[in-house]
Amino acid sequence: MESIDLFSSLWAYLQSYDFIALLLKLIFILIIGPGLVPIMVWLERRGSAMIQGRMGPNRVGPLGLLQALADVLKFFAKEPFVPGTANKFYYNLAPIIAAVAPLAAFAAIPFGGTVLFDGYETNLQLSNLNIGILAALAFAGLEVYPIMLAGWASNNKYAVLGALRGASQMISYEIAMGLALIAMFLIYGTVDMNQMVAWQGESLFGILPRWGLFVNPLAAMIFLIGIFAETNRMPFDLPEGDAELVAGYHVEYGSTKFAMFFFAEYVAMSMAAALFVTLFLGGYGLLPGMEALAQYLAQVFQLEALGLHNLKTFLGVGSFLMKLCFMLFFYIWVRWTVPRFRFDQLMNLGWRILLPIGLVNLVFTAIAIYFIGSSL
Amino acid sequence: MTIVVARHEKISDRFYLVALAQGLVVTMKQMLRSLFGKGIVTIEYPEKRREYSQRFRGAHFISVDSKKTENCTACYLCQTVCPADCITIVAGERDAATSEYGVKKEKRPLSFDIDALRCCFCGFCEEACPKDAIKLSRSYEMATLTREEAQYDLKFLVREVKDRG
Ligand code: SF4
Ligand code: SF4
Repeated sequence: MESIDLFSSLWAYLQSYDFIALLLKLIFILIIGPGLVPIMVWLERRGSAMIQGRMGPNRVGPLGLLQALADVLKFFAKEPFVPGTANKFYYNLAPIIAAVAPLAAFAAIPFGGTVLFDGYETNLQLSNLNIGILAALAFAGLEVYPIMLAGWASNNKYAVLGALRGASQMISYEIAMGLALIAMFLIYGTVDMNQMVAWQGESLFGILPRWGLFVNPLAAMIFLIGIFAETNRMPFDLPEGDAELVAGYHVEYGSTKFAMFFFAEYVAMSMAAALFVTLFLGGYGLLPGMEALAQYLAQVFQLEALGLHNLKTFLGVGSFLMKLCFMLFFYIWVRWTVPRFRFDQLMNLGWRILLPIGLVNLVFTAIAIYFIGSSL
Repeated sequence: MTIVVARHEKISDRFYLVALAQGLVVTMKQMLRSLFGKGIVTIEYPEKRREYSQRFRGAHFISVDSKKTENCTACYLCQTVCPADCITIVAGERDAATSEYGVKKEKRPLSFDIDALRCCFCGFCEEACPKDAIKLSRSYEMATLTREEAQYDLKFLVREVKDRG
């Protein structure tokens, strides 16, 4: 009897809007998360080529768009080699954590407002957790483990050195990032990302959108530098170093496992970019001018309030993706502009410059909020 | 002894972000230029090739006269001068009475082998040749799949090379 109840309630759940919405959102996340990777790789190659006055890969498919596919096929065709002295369990575990952690963080990031359908309202966010951004940060923080595991389990001196660098770098920049975040929490007065986006939806002095970037540029700056360091991007790609460490922590990885690290790196970048967009660029809030566009379209197509709401949500997803793409392009742009830091310079920047600035910013923000209130 | 190099850094240089922004502008300019097909300095190789100078020293060839007979008279000067010792000639004779060249091309190479893997493309053989026979072409696509293919024989050397390749 019990089992039938369970079965029928499960069946009812499977037919409910909840389940369908969840499935659709899951598919969307799985498309934009990993789907951004080949586009990023392509953009990275073509972009770097153009910045350096070259052409970049343009043979595989139109404009070389299928180059990433060719790379993936090549990786899968390679022999999955495991070094004899490696610790097999951790060696295999590391790329799995690396690939899964940033994808999990994506689940907590809202990519749009709410959709109303047949009286049913759904949030465009895979899981609307109470702790909101902290969950995303926790998953992002997991990123340091695969590096350490990979470095240690490979039983290779280069790998260990790369892993040590990676770990110390990520930990030092997480502190400064955390301070910048706390300042933003004070301003928004919440850790729920939907409310943060709503807060940023207003306008500042009537001209600028009230984005975190304009409200607290210093925190945005620190956070931006922090995500470059967190994702091991140029100019902070110290865990890898062709000259001194070969490939760093993943020097012993090949074929599919290397592809997973590669994939993880780009997913982590898009995840960090999504976090930055949500915190400082107004998230899925409409870009300036889109509000008017929505009103205009509603007039043209004679939309009711419900249709207008859904249209705005749709445009919101578009704005989110546009901001995200800009951030991703910014990564590439910076990578091919700035030479890399030396490791001591990196540590100096983290501990002796960003940390004090972050602290001062936090204290100043707290005082400012005490006097003028968070309403700004 | 330490050498102190004075760096005259302005405040804006020490404050890294300004320099960073300038750098971003520079790369963006270059990228936009490339996007519209201007600043690109590379060429698409197999379709387009660089025009190298007439003095480029590439794969060897032996010049031929109007009747496609090689100009080489097997004098061994190139073999003697070659610093890499990669030319091997076996000399033979044409019968001066029956050959249309008479005594002019009485001596000829029976075989003429160049080991291109040993050659350092110094061009001394070309300098030494009294008959302007051996020459270095402008062809630089000399990769082969086997070592044997890199041993140039007389048949290969007298191939038609226009304008030095
Ligand atoms: S180019 Fe120099 S090394 Fe090569 S065959 Fe001629 S003389 Fe010898
Ligand atoms: S190629 Fe020139 S130098 Fe060499 S043997 Fe023939 S004629 Fe003499």
